[in-house]
Amino acid sequence: MALRLPSKVLKHILSFIDSNEDRNSVSLVCKSWFETERKTRKRVFVGNCYAVTPAAVARRFPEMRSLTLKGKPHFADYNLVPDGWGGYACPWIEAMAAKSPSLEEIRLKRMVVTDECLERIAASFKDFKVLVLTSCEGFSTDGIAAIASTCRNLRVLELRECIVEDLGGDWLSYFPETSTSLVSLDFSCLDSEVKISDLERLVSRSPNLKSLKLNPAVTLDGLVSILRRAPQLTELGTGSFAAELKPEAFTKLSKAFSNCKQLQSLSGLWDVLPEYLPALYSVCPGLTSLNLSYATVRMPDLVELLRRCSKLQKLWVMDLIEDKGLEAVASYCKELRELRVFPSEPDLDATNIPVTEQGLVYVSKGCRKLESVLYFCVQFTNAALITIARKRPNLKCFRLCVIEPFAPDYKTNEPLDKGFKAIAEGCKDLRRLSVSGLLSDKAFKYIGKHAKKVRMLSIAFAGDSDLMLHHLLSGCQSLKKLEIRDCPFGDTALLENAAKLETMRSLWMSSCFVSFGACKLLSQKMPRLNVEVIDEHPPKTRPESSPVERIYIYRTVAGPRMDTPEFVWTLHKNPEIGVSKLAIK
Amino acid sequence: MITELEMGKGESELELGLGLSLGGGTAAKIAGKSGGGAWGERGRLLTAKDFPSVGSKRAADSPSHAGSSPPRSSSQVVGWPPIGSHRMNSLVNNQATKSAREEEEAGKKKVNDDHQPKDVTKKVNGKVQLGFIKVNMDGVAIGRKVDLNAHSSYENLAQTLEDMFFRTNPGTIGLTGQFTKPLRLLDGSSEFVLTYEDKEGDWMLVGDVPWRMFITSVKRLRVMKTSEANGLAARHQEPKERQRNQPA
Repeated sequence: MALRLPSKVLKHILSFIDSNEDRNSVSLVCKSWFETERKTRKRVFVGNCYAVTPAAVARRFPEMRSLTLKGKPHFADYNLVPDGWGGYACPWIEAMAAKSPSLEEIRLKRMVVTDECLERIAASFKDFKVLVLTSCEGFSTDGIAAIASTCRNLRVLELRECIVEDLGGDWLSYFPETSTSLVSLDFSCLDSEVKISDLERLVSRSPNLKSLKLNPAVTLDGLVSILRRAPQLTELGTGSFAAELKPEAFTKLSKAFSNCKQLQSLSGLWDVLPEYLPALYSVCPGLTSLNLSYATVRMPDLVELLRRCSKLQKLWVMDLIEDKGLEAVASYCKELRELRVFPSEPDLDATNIPVTEQGLVYVSKGCRKLESVLYFCVQFTNAALITIARKRPNLKCFRLCVIEPFAPDYKTNEPLDKGFKAIAEGCKDLRRLSVSGLLSDKAFKYIGKHAKKVRMLSIAFAGDSDLMLHHLLSGCQSLKKLEIRDCPFGDTALLENAAKLETMRSLWMSSCFVSFGACKLLSQKMPRLNVEVIDEHPPKTRPESSPVERIYIYRTVAGPRMDTPEFVWTLHKNPEIGVSKLAIK
Repeated sequence: MITELEMGKGESELELGLGLSLGGGTAAKIAGKSGGGAWGERGRLLTAKDFPSVGSKRAADSPSHAGSSPPRSSSQVVGWPPIGSHRMNSLVNNQATKSAREEEEAGKKKVNDDHQPKDVTKKVNGKVQLGFIKVNMDGVAIGRKVDLNAHSSYENLAQTLEDMFFRTNPGTIGLTGQFTKPLRLLDGSSEFVLTYEDKEGDWMLVGDVPWRMFITSVKRLRVMKTSEANGLAARHQEPKERQRNQPA
């Protein structure tokens, strides 16, 4: 006789389990565990909004309080997904409004959100608390005003890198006149000016405010006045940091910052004039996160600032920091966990080399807790990669972007195969990897074999043949998201490893050699995958061997989607183009 | 298979100017399946629309600054380097103010040019610029870079370029895939010739001047189809002639 755990007990145990990965495992044990789990899950995460229908999610999780959704594929961030592709939030909001009115938190990433949608949110969820929109578009400041005015218990309103139709700064005045429950407000991506008096009053009546990220339109004077009213802030995104260099302005700024004794995270700093940086010195010792990636400040000034940041865990900076600056970071910022170095010149033609592989080597050697790297530079060497892997086997995220496509190891002229082999082999906990530079199929053989925990892999301008894709799809045990651009392969590897695709969230391939025929065949063979061919300039006739511009494949239990635009072809939408007898070599 | 539509688009995009890699997002390694033309337009060519905050910043190449690139709003390949659009906009805005500043400084630095070392390395604004120059090849969207300082002669350079664009190792595909024999870029016997743009903006055939003189005057290289290299001096004045491109 099997012992059964009473559901009450199981419920109690599950109340300690937050991680959705664990909860997903729990729900696979047996039907009764599935039932208990689903009735107790409060935070629901849907990594691909087209993988499941909103109704199914609402039905399965009646106690849902928080919903996180992701829409467009990651490469949409780099303009590789044409406008109008999809990722609409509305159907989700509609479904939740009907079935889950107790929803309190909505987090959307890369989705199209309209003002109507925002108004619906405001109107439907009585206890709405958290709205975080990351890389979303399709709405205006009117929609934000609706949220501000209607959601009386709003705690978090964050617009991160969204594209918003900015109709002016009025939205800020729509928050309730009495005290607000705001804990976090981020409007850094909005363009237009907000009235400083509105902002001052909002801050004054928001006693719980801990995180505030201003937009560049807020001046230094405005910042000073805000800081005076909110010295309790733990996270601050400044506005524009440039102003006439008046000594009184500097003193006021310095004083305002020195009163912010709890400040841990600092960002913004657009147009920062180096002369104003010393005003930040007082908060440096307490900072754990510093985003200088919009600050076009030179190395000496950066070092002066960073050497005071001994507790820094997260640093985002431009390559103006130079190798020397990174050497300083390696010696002063011993708590560093995450480093991102962004290019200061977007032009591929730039031959200036402010950072080289040496900078990253310094940090890898000096910062023992380093686990997440995003590094842009012009070229690299195998030796550097090998050193980095040896010194930092604890790396979890390694994204190297060698800006020069096909750049070999510039000292030996070899591909960077050996280097990335070392990374894949040495960093056993690596979950995210982006490769670049000159890479042959060999590199991917190593990655396929050794990168057992890599869940997300990004590849551009690499490989020699279909073997590359084959190595990845037949290896990489934990692979969930694979995105590839400009690599010379397609059909064979794709079709041979079709089954793998059902174990992954999605596969993106653009400017590769995938033929139309293969897409159709894959579509037909794998009904639980949505195969989307995204072609903005499709040829008049579609011979089977014609290559497609982009292909986006994802597993789904929702079936084919109904909201595809003209330029997205799916077998379901275009059944008249049957799958002919193909000879796939 | 190349349809007319594809070919037409590909051709017009190859037009736009010397050295610009076009038809963005193209897989540069062509496995010889459908030839170069089919890949002329994978992805979108970045236009000003992709940088909403940029007005008419599509600056023509300004010859003022050897080695330092002029502020250009459109990178040559769609979505590369992979920087989000907010960040890209911000960078492009910075470029405009920076180039104004740099041109001032350039005026001051010109006086010192005579004392520069003979090789292509220069120090501008404290950053070392290596002797890398861009190389583009007709029919290939992705440009490459070569370090002139690492070469001692024209033969050397030609060999490197041949290796780069037409790799001859078995089992690997060169950038155009179809050619596996050495090119002989310098002797006029192959389908391609090597040309360069000098400091005055003129395009010349490589090999006419002594090597040392060449490396001080070269700004960038282009592997051009022999058929188009006729009347080289006149080329940059009459872009319309190039309407008659052949697919690679």
